Amino acid sequence: MAAPAAFARRAWAVLWKDLVVERRAKEGANALAFFAVLLLFLFYLALGPDRERIRSALAGLFWLAFLLAGVLGLGRASALERENDCLDALVLAPGDKGGIYLGKVAGTTVLMLAMEVVFIVATGLLYNLDLWPAVPRLLLIAVCGTVGFTAVGTLFATMTAQLRAREVLLPVFLLPFVVPVLLAAVRLTEAALAGEGWGPSAAWWQLLLGFDVVFVVAGMLTFEFVLEA
Amino acid sequence: MGTRVLGGVSALLLLVGLAAAFGYAPPDAVQGNVQRIMYIHVPSILTAYVAIGVVLVGSIGYLWTRRPAWDRAAAAAGELTVCFTAITLVTGSIWGKPTWGTWWTWDARLTSTALLFVIYLAYLLLRSVVDDPERAATYAAVLGIFGALDVPIIHFSVQWWRTLHQPATVLRPQAPTMDPTMLLALAVNVLAFVCTFAYLATRRYRLLTLEAEAQSRAWR
Repeated sequence: MAAPAAFARRAWAVLWKDLVVERRAKEGANALAFFAVLLLFLFYLALGPDRERIRSALAGLFWLAFLLAGVLGLGRASALERENDCLDALVLAPGDKGGIYLGKVAGTTVLMLAMEVVFIVATGLLYNLDLWPAVPRLLLIAVCGTVGFTAVGTLFATMTAQLRAREVLLPVFLLPFVVPVLLAAVRLTEAALAGEGWGPSAAWWQLLLGFDVVFVVAGMLTFEFVLEA
Repeated sequence: MGTRVLGGVSALLLLVGLAAAFGYAPPDAVQGNVQRIMYIHVPSILTAYVAIGVVLVGSIGYLWTRRPAWDRAAAAAGELTVCFTAITLVTGSIWGKPTWGTWWTWDARLTSTALLFVIYLAYLLLRSVVDDPERAATYAAVLGIFGALDVPIIHFSVQWWRTLHQPATVLRPQAPTMDPTMLLALAVNVLAFVCTFAYLATRRYRLLTLEAEAQSRAWR
């Protein structure tokens, strides 16, 4: 069975390439983390110093910040591909394009996760909240929510990368699509912060994982068309 | 010739449906005459779902065969999806004002229908912003498939969001059983709306075909 191995190798090559580019240039990951922390300041200024108010809005704030920073991250990743004509190279790469898609989804997910960890830690420190017991569960939610977001986002960012006014078009196309991710992730984050058991929110886990599976598969099947159009 | 017959049948059915909605069906026991807006509201959302299905089929067909005819079918149906979803939202709003006392509330069905409207509006926007027709068709096909996949997920997520997050304050008053005359009037209107959709879609399809022909002739 050479096919799955080649597939995994292709995905890994793209993921590795994206991470190396990120490590050498640094401005992407740094700017993203900086943006996320900046949002924390803005949320604090907008909501006022009332701890309880911030605590009750926290799950929503987390995911608003992740989505907004995610749109920026996706736009930047596709801009890099466009500027250096990397897209042409990806089109010319032989074999199944699903592997390339998977690699790009993984690359953006890793980048966003790094930003989300910075955000969660900074929230705990700056807002002086005791988030630490919930952190492992928050990370799991972050992984599942981010995969759903980047599964759709990678495809849409590749489409809009070629267009004028792409900075406006990407959020316009992407944000209504990922409403289920937002709803599920916010609800799960609320449950994790409140220290609830896993039982009551099981349906949301199913929905979130279902979204991830449906759109990762759909993305793998359709990425070739988008890339070659 | 066939489309003309379809157009005539649609117009006739719409008239019969209107007569049935206002003359044949009785007023609702609780809501009175306001309830008659259901005879437009329900058929239009059902027609919008049919249209979404046509967009999906056209999108898959285009990616499969690369024939522009599939793309034109999807384009025609996409426009009508937005149109019929808009009718649903507007009639629902008009009904909501006297019944719920508000034009808009974050009810589960309202919210998911509004999202559906936004997604297919974005679908039309995508078609209009891509210059190259082949690329526009491919992108639109991908968005058409993703949209159809997303509609049921959005439906469930928004429903749970309302029921698990906080109990709905205004529930749609649902009659336990529907009067058979009402059901018949509704069925006639559903048929009329679906026929109208088929008629409008075929006309729009024809227009898109002629436009494409005129384009290719202008280049020659």
